[in-house]
Amino acid sequence: MSLTTDLSQTAAGSTGKAAGKATRKHGRPAGSPTEAQTPRRRTRQRRERIFQWLFLVPAVVYMALFFGYPVVKNVVMSFQDYTTATFFTGEAPWVGLANYVTVLSSSLFSTSLLNTALFTVGSILGQFVIGLALAIFFQRKFPLNGILRSLLLLPWLLPLIVSSAVWRWILDKDSGALNRFLGDLGVINTGVPWLTSTSLALIAVVGVNIWIGIPFNLTILYGGLQEIPDELYEAGSLDGATGWKAFRHITWPMLRPVVSVVLVLGVVYTLKVLDIILGLTNGGPANSTQTIATQSYDLSFHEFKFGEGAALGNVLVIISLVFAVLYLRASRRAVDE
Amino acid sequence: MTTVLKAPTLRPRRAKAPAGNRKNWGYTALAIFFLAIMLFPVYWMINASLQPNGTTLETSWLPLKPDFTGYATAISEQAGNLGTSLIISLGSVALSLAIAAPAAYALAYFKVRGAGVVLFAILISQMIPGIVVANALYTAYNDLGLLNSIPGLILADSAHGIPFAILIIRAFMNGMPSSVIEAARVDGAGHVRAFWSIVIPLSRNSLITAGLFTFLFAWSDFLFALTLTTTEAVRPVTLGIFQYIGAYVNDWSSVMATAVLASIPAIVLLVAAQKYIAAGTTGGAVK
Repeated sequence: MSLTTDLSQTAAGSTGKAAGKATRKHGRPAGSPTEAQTPRRRTRQRRERIFQWLFLVPAVVYMALFFGYPVVKNVVMSFQDYTTATFFTGEAPWVGLANYVTVLSSSLFSTSLLNTALFTVGSILGQFVIGLALAIFFQRKFPLNGILRSLLLLPWLLPLIVSSAVWRWILDKDSGALNRFLGDLGVINTGVPWLTSTSLALIAVVGVNIWIGIPFNLTILYGGLQEIPDELYEAGSLDGATGWKAFRHITWPMLRPVVSVVLVLGVVYTLKVLDIILGLTNGGPANSTQTIATQSYDLSFHEFKFGEGAALGNVLVIISLVFAVLYLRASRRAVDE
Repeated sequence: MTTVLKAPTLRPRRAKAPAGNRKNWGYTALAIFFLAIMLFPVYWMINASLQPNGTTLETSWLPLKPDFTGYATAISEQAGNLGTSLIISLGSVALSLAIAAPAAYALAYFKVRGAGVVLFAILISQMIPGIVVANALYTAYNDLGLLNSIPGLILADSAHGIPFAILIIRAFMNGMPSSVIEAARVDGAGHVRAFWSIVIPLSRNSLITAGLFTFLFAWSDFLFALTLTTTEAVRPVTLGIFQYIGAYVNDWSSVMATAVLASIPAIVLLVAAQKYIAAGTTGGAVK
């Protein structure tokens, strides 16, 4: 039964040429079964392989269209004078490296680059240290541990633009909750312009991004801590390694593969952050929170210089790729260990 | 940690339990304190959404006289946008699962040649900044007439969900006993049938996890909404909030009410799908 369905499917499923071959084989008198079996099995294997690929094809096509194409298109656009006019004329003259020269030599680029670096380093440090501290804290066994730990995930699950809106209201100079709280404590007399002062805005934005990133760090690091066998701590405690010593000599070395993955993923995600900055400050005041990502957005969608926006986007891709390489090495090591 | 481990051997269990419990409740209190700090913004959002708007400049610390005007405004002005977001998110879930589940199966079960390349591409795709994708898609969408369209946004929003769903579902399918599928194949089920009636039901949990996260990704999407829509025809709620706060805000209770409404999927995910979240977080990030 199963053999016949297989055969008929082979004939029906193969391409025209293969189907023709199959019928010819069928027509031949069944003299030597082994001789007929081999090509038949080969057809079947090929058919099998085609079927297997069919499962994968939609995903491959999608990935090619929504990741492959944009990357290639962005590279092409970065060498073109691609503006609003292009949409009407269809012409985008080649300009060589002009876009890169314009973008990289603009005074804004050094500001954006510095802000991107400060935003990324500050966010990662804060998220990681607080996330790790909380992960270690939640390793203790106490009532309601699981529920409380999962409630901590909420800031991470909220849409970023929602978090931005909420924080914008909390950090408001005149009636924001933070200034009122600090005022009630007597720490400040007048409202602190968290988001409207050029010297404070970046700090405020980093603070909000730390808040958003803590749950992610907590969850991954907590998972990593759970993997460390209890016996190590038991053995360690016999040798007098408790508290800080146990952390330094047992926890940290054992956690390192997870740490590297968390840090590199964090960097790659933070480099491309757009929602939070646009929602909180829109890159202002006076570009004090402008990053490479927001500047690229500005160039493309406010100034409609798509070529320059693409060039800057590519700079961001290259920076990310450096960390991607680090990530792949880190994750390979994590798998090996 | 170590004291807890050592304690039972040193002292009789009954004597230890009350002392340990008292100490542990102290940690619970500390944890609640941390939680209160971390979740204050969420509290503040809900509190502010319930304040009477317009008249008072300062939001009071507690919503003692809850007022639903903010919600009335939010619903009258943003109901359409919430609907748009819902349609886009559901569409994105359907598309993502339809594409990701077979791919995950092929990657987990068939050991297809080139599987490594596909997985590598998925990893690399996570590194590509959204702005790069948006930049290229805008011009392509403009040519194809996909700007300001729901299908356009569904396709774009799935860019986050599909790679993630493939990783999650594949990780699960890797642990699925292949003997079940082989048995079905021996009984004469074709690939499609074995996949549909054996693999899919068995992987239900991972599909739910992937679906929930995909929904949340699409629902939270801001960048594609911002760049791929230019008119009010198709406007997800994230963009609605952005436009609220982009203008000078004098009615925070409505903004916060909209924010609360936009947070509902996150809250539902957290409460209803507890056990799936941890799997999703770790699965997507480390594997």
